[in-house]
Amino acid sequence: MAFLDKHKAIERNASLLLVLSFLVVTIGGLVQIVPLFYLQNTIETVEGMRPYTPLELEGRQIYIREGCYVCHSQMIRPMRDEVERYGHYSLAAESMYDHPFQWGSKRTGPDLARVGGKYSDAWHVDHLTNPQAVVPESVMPKYGFLKETALEPTYITDLMAANRLVGVPYTDEAMTNAAADFKTQADPAADATGLAERYGRVTVSNFDGQVQLTEMDALIAYLQVLGTMVDFSTFTPDASR
Amino acid sequence: MCAKPVKNDPKQEVGTTGHVWDGIEELNNPLPRWWVWVFYLCILYAIGYTIAYPAWPLLTGATPGVLGASTRADVAAEIKQFDDANAPTKAALVAADLPAIGDDAALNDYALKAGKAVFNTNCVQCHGREGGGNKAGGYPTLSDNDWLWGGDIATIHATITHGVRNTVDPEARNVGVYMPAWSETATGPLAEAASAQFTAEEIGQVVNYVLKISGQTADEAKATAGTVLYTENCAACHGEDGKGNRDLGSPNLTDAIWLYGGDAATLTATLVNGRAGVMPAWGYNDTGIAARMTEDEIRAVALYVHSLGGGE
Repeated sequence: MAFLDKHKAIERNASLLLVLSFLVVTIGGLVQIVPLFYLQNTIETVEGMRPYTPLELEGRQIYIREGCYVCHSQMIRPMRDEVERYGHYSLAAESMYDHPFQWGSKRTGPDLARVGGKYSDAWHVDHLTNPQAVVPESVMPKYGFLKETALEPTYITDLMAANRLVGVPYTDEAMTNAAADFKTQADPAADATGLAERYGRVTVSNFDGQVQLTEMDALIAYLQVLGTMVDFSTFTPDASR
Repeated sequence: MCAKPVKNDPKQEVGTTGHVWDGIEELNNPLPRWWVWVFYLCILYAIGYTIAYPAWPLLTGATPGVLGASTRADVAAEIKQFDDANAPTKAALVAADLPAIGDDAALNDYALKAGKAVFNTNCVQCHGREGGGNKAGGYPTLSDNDWLWGGDIATIHATITHGVRNTVDPEARNVGVYMPAWSETATGPLAEAASAQFTAEEIGQVVNYVLKISGQTADEAKATAGTVLYTENCAACHGEDGKGNRDLGSPNLTDAIWLYGGDAATLTATLVNGRAGVMPAWGYNDTGIAARMTEDEIRAVALYVHSLGGGE
């Protein structure tokens, strides 16, 4: 075949081979990736999702910094045993404000996608300080130092700006009040109406049980919101997804 | 130099492709037939697969595939299959009169097994295996017969449903009611609301009084001095006789069973810093969170907890 005879030209010309290889990979990539951005069943939205509050967002940074994702996934797969144990299977839309998402692929510890509200704040403090004190068979390391590390909202506005840049809809008002909201959420005595107006349902609590605001506060605030935003009693799954 | 002539020279048999690199020639050996056929079959299979399963992206959605495959539908069907199988038993459990459930051996058996599964998924992290409790965190032991709120099935059921001092359920037990911090040196979550009623010396007196009424070795002089302090400040919740009050969930101080620990050091810490244990609400469903447990699960786990050893 005449077409196949042209092989020689490609095989003998490294630059041409490179250009044509790139072209093939590009087309393959476009066909596989681009539809995910516009197909209705891959961009499902779900009621109840809100951006993380400043304190939760900072807690998420600590979660990532400490490598929690190495042992804990945040994705309940659509299988009966997982749904029975952890709750409703995770939806892609539940990670819509996660940059990057924390789905993970390794479960040394349990899945955390719906850990929010499952334990009291005090339990989280006990457990993070000394996991074996509450779960004797646990192999989790101790994170008691988080309780000693004071936390200030120094860079929280920058962090939110970075998230806004990649599409998290933080309002200008939320940006201006970031530092105040950050502290309000960990102080049950403070007036949290502004925080609630900006974010909706927010749990305000002295998460670590200390007067001082620490990394433990932020991490527990984050853990306590995981998987609690969507009300699955009113959610009807579209079976085509 | 090896000049031995090559027998059955493949070059003679199959020829070359004409490619020569530095004098090395490429033999024209075609791929084996079986390999070529497997390759073609794979292509055909892939085409069939894209027809059978969701595949080709179109304008608004992908082709659904003629088999109608859906992970969500699969898991929903599987869950429904088990739900349907369990539905009559669950309905019977929800309708049952809990204290009398022992009369129905089959239902009781189901409830205890289901309750154990629910307990091991949700409760064991605080209350320990088989409800052994955890003093370090003040998580009550569920296998003894000392109860803060009461150990009959209905009370256990109510505690599980609404929890204790949590921020979501207004019907939770003891919202705003807790063991206050009694010293101005208090640290911890209750420090800001410390009533600072007692000096360090008075704390020691009250501790010795509690040691005395719980049958432990106490400093008699301090204990006597602590009697008045106890009657004026502590008796309102813990009772004149220190036997606690189930309406308030205040612990009995005269038995040897302790929530946080009954030694002098722990009692001092409890008095100085206060205590306010929290239990999540497992059956509450209002603020936009689906309840973690359904009614039948709560009933099952209540029966299981009741069966652990101390049920009333």
